[in-house]
Amino acid sequence: MKGEMSIIVKTITKLIYGFIMVYGFYVIVHGHLTPGGGFQGGAIVASAFALLVVTYGNQGVNNYLKKDVFSLVESTGLVLFIAFAFFGLGVTFFYNFLANSGGLFGNPAIIGVNPGDLNTGGTVPIMNIAVGLEVLAALTVIILTMSAASEITKEKEN
Amino acid sequence: MKKSIFGIALIFVLAFMILAAFDMRPFGEPTVSEMDDYYIQNAQAETGANNVVTSIVFDYRGFDTLGEATVLFTAVLGITALFREVVR
Repeated sequence: MKGEMSIIVKTITKLIYGFIMVYGFYVIVHGHLTPGGGFQGGAIVASAFALLVVTYGNQGVNNYLKKDVFSLVESTGLVLFIAFAFFGLGVTFFYNFLANSGGLFGNPAIIGVNPGDLNTGGTVPIMNIAVGLEVLAALTVIILTMSAASEITKEKEN
Repeated sequence: MKKSIFGIALIFVLAFMILAAFDMRPFGEPTVSEMDDYYIQNAQAETGANNVVTSIVFDYRGFDTLGEATVLFTAVLGITALFREVVR
């Protein structure tokens, strides 16, 4: 197919793009325990999608990576983020109403240096996930749009 | 005339800088750090997140993150509006 790279690049891409995505989602989900967070993890996952687009060309990924789906995911992430900011409105905007509540993400953190518990942080992990979804979808939409535009511009020039 | 005005302005600026230098904190002592100390002491107990940086970014200063997310959203909006003729 037009615009795709050599067999070596394709094989290596098949091997590693899943690991890149898993690592990115790990950074997103563990944002409240380890260095990183929504923005950084989202950028890592988007780099995996960028690798796919570069390797297989815009026509190769057209049937699998839909721009409308990513656009929807992006809007969902931003709406989720703002919604969880509004849920704390009983006290203030952006109030962390889930922290130390005992429910979802509500365990109190152990004070001091410790390996960390995933079920802590209140709204912080939820907002990490929301921002991560938004960033990964936004960067992927930008990459897909620009690759499609460059392809069409090349065809016009020829 | 112009040179004398320039000279007077220079003297004023130099005097201001020297006065400001006398008012600085001594070497090796950081600037005002009450806010940082508060975050380091209380962030873990208040937000429950072990990562203090994330608890600042997503909790104490959520408005900043909201602005960043909106900037990214606007960037995507601009890109799709820019290429609307080319891509469908």
